[in-house]
Amino acid sequence: MKARIHVTLKDGVLDPQGRAIHHALEGLGFDGVQDVRAGRLIELSLADGTSDEAIDAMCRKLLANMVIENYRIEKVA
Amino acid sequence: MKSAVITFPGSNCDRDLAVAIERVTGHAPIRLWHGEQSLPEGLDLIGVPGGFSYGDYLRSGAMAARSPVIGAVVEAAQRGVAVLGICNGFQILTEAGLLPGALMRNAGIRFVCRTVALKVENAESRFTSLYEAGETIRIPVAHHDGNYFADDATLDRIEGEGQVAFRYAEPVNGSARDIAGVLNANGNVLGMMPHPERVVEAQHGNTDGARMFEALARSVLERA
Repeated sequence: MKARIHVTLKDGVLDPQGRAIHHALEGLGFDGVQDVRAGRLIELSLADGTSDEAIDAMCRKLLANMVIENYRIEKVA
Repeated sequence: MKSAVITFPGSNCDRDLAVAIERVTGHAPIRLWHGEQSLPEGLDLIGVPGGFSYGDYLRSGAMAARSPVIGAVVEAAQRGVAVLGICNGFQILTEAGLLPGALMRNAGIRFVCRTVALKVENAESRFTSLYEAGETIRIPVAHHDGNYFADDATLDRIEGEGQVAFRYAEPVNGSARDIAGVLNANGNVLGMMPHPERVVEAQHGNTDGARMFEALARSVLERA
């Protein structure tokens, strides 16, 4: 069983990396990009039966910093 | 003054911090490895040094903040032991929940490495009592992730409680309200991005950092 953890910056938190990517896309001639926010994808391979609560605790205790980030858990078969 | 300096894999300012503490106070710190489960008895000061612990993997300071010794540091901080986190040490202390907020990538993306002017905001703490409130001091910075962030309610609270120790007196990294150093609510934990251990001798160009270690040593004598 796998879980993908999508970690993203909270709304209102400035994202200098996203801004730099945005700038680079414009430099490559891609028009129409209105905003870029960079995040992180963490893929966990888990023992069958790992509880949702345990995955949630992993996110809160380490994988995301709750001061600046949100997370979303996507379970993959 | 009995102190300890912790070394994590990837710390690179641990020796500088230990040397600065010894030169200024006359007492050499105990050097501790991050795998220690407990701390020596009777510590007055714990130094969490700068560097790139765990290669800044995941987030700067995130891995080090979960290492065994940090549990003992949190417990010591709750008992009132002074804890000083510099640069990566500041990042580690926020990740460990000892200080509010978080340190993000510099607003200008680039690594910043130069001596900057700081305004002393709180000259009452045991770290800062030998500075004058409002004084400008010059301390070097060297970081990529020094952009201090906290939500507005937290910023208002720490400003109101006098927890902002230092503010940048010039643009450096985009920090919220130019915050360069933060105290915890009890005033015994200080995190700061600038490196006071790099300016303690005349040969360093100035000695503005020395007064922090002098102040700490003096506070220990006053408490004895």
